[in-house]
Amino acid sequence: MAKITLNINKKDYPLDADPQMPLLWAIRDLAGLKGTKYGCGVAQCGACVVHLDGEAVRSCVTKVSRAAGKKVVTIEGLSETNSHPVQKAWQEIDVPQCGYCHSGQIMSAAVLLREKPNPTNQDIDDAMAGNICRCGTYLRIREAIHTAAELQKKAGTKG
Amino acid sequence: MKLFVPKKAATVLSIFIFIVAVGASAFRNDAPVKQITFSTINRDSVESVQAFEIVYKTLMSPRCMNCHPAGDVPLQGDDSHLHAMGPKRGLDGKGVYAMKCSNCHQETNIAGLHMPPGNPEWHLPPAAMKMVFQGKSAHELAKQLVDKKQNGNKDIKKLIEHADDGLVLAGWDPGEGRTLPPVTHAEFKKAWITWLQSGAYAPKK
Ligand code: FES
Ligand code: FES
Repeated sequence: MAKITLNINKKDYPLDADPQMPLLWAIRDLAGLKGTKYGCGVAQCGACVVHLDGEAVRSCVTKVSRAAGKKVVTIEGLSETNSHPVQKAWQEIDVPQCGYCHSGQIMSAAVLLREKPNPTNQDIDDAMAGNICRCGTYLRIREAIHTAAELQKKAGTKG
Repeated sequence: MKLFVPKKAATVLSIFIFIVAVGASAFRNDAPVKQITFSTINRDSVESVQAFEIVYKTLMSPRCMNCHPAGDVPLQGDDSHLHAMGPKRGLDGKGVYAMKCSNCHQETNIAGLHMPPGNPEWHLPPAAMKMVFQGKSAHELAKQLVDKKQNGNKDIKKLIEHADDGLVLAGWDPGEGRTLPPVTHAEFKKAWITWLQSGAYAPKK
C-alpha cells in the first residue's frame, strides 16, 4: 500500500492504494465514483474509459500510479451540469438501452469531438470501434455524435 | 618492326579517343557521371545475403511484423490477425481520437494472458514512413530497409543503432503467451550488423 493522491474531476482524493491497482478500482471502490463501469477488465470493451490528461484511457488496465499527478475526469466530471454537447445529444437521441456501456461511450465520443469537431461516419467508426455495446445501440451512437457536433458548433465550444 | 609502329600508334589513338569520349560524356546531362566513393564497408555479397536470412526470418516473425502491417491496422497474435477493434495508425503512428495506442498499452507489459503488452514508446511506423514488413519478399525488404526515402532517412550508422531501439527490444519481451522471435536479440543484432557492414546486399528473391 502507498499514499497516492488522485485528482479526479478537479478534486484531490488522498488514497491508500497499491501503485499497481487498476485505476478503475481506485475510482470506483476508493473514491466511490460508480459511474465508470467494469466490463471485461482486459482492455477489450471500453466500459471503463475515463480521461487521463484528456486521453480516453481504459482504467481497467491503467495502473493507479500512472494517474498520480495527472488529471482524471470521469463521466461524473465531464461537465458540471450534464451539459456537455455529447451528454445533451445522448439525451436528445435517447441513445442508451441498458446503459451499461455508455459512460465509456460518452467519454470516448468527447475525445473524438475535441479532436475532430465535424467527424465523418468513418471518423466515428475509427474512434468508437473499441467501445462495445452488447445492446447494439451503435446506430444511435453515431447519430448522437453527429448531433453533438452540431450542438458544439452552435455553442461555439470545443469538447 | 615496321608493323609495330602503326600498331602502337593505333593503340595510342584508341586510348586518346576513349579519353575524349569519356570527357565528352561528362558534359551530357542525361547521363550523370558516377561518383567514385571510398567506403570502409567490407563488401561481401555471400556473407551479407547469408546474414540477411537471419534478419529476414526475425523481422517476418509476428513479434516484429505485427507492428509493420501492410494496412493501417496493426496485427495481433502468433497468427498475425488484424488487431481486435481495428485501431488505426494515424499520422504519427500513435493511433487516433479515442483509439490511441497508449490508451490501452501501458509503459510495461500487463501480467496475464491476452493482456496488452506495453512499452513507453508503443506505436506503429508513422503514416509518412510505413516501413511495411507484411507481404514483402526478402529481396524487397532488404532494399526497403536501406532506402533512405523509405527508412526515415537512416544511414548505416543509424540503422545499426536502431537494433537497440526500445521497441525493437520489446519484441524479445512480448508478455505472457506470445512466442519469441526465432533467434535471440544478440543473434539478430549480430546478423543485422553483419548484413549492413558487408554491403547490405539483397537476396535475389
Ligand atoms: S472494462 Fe476496461 S475495457 Fe472492458
Ligand atoms: S446500452 Fe446496453 S451495453 Fe450498450
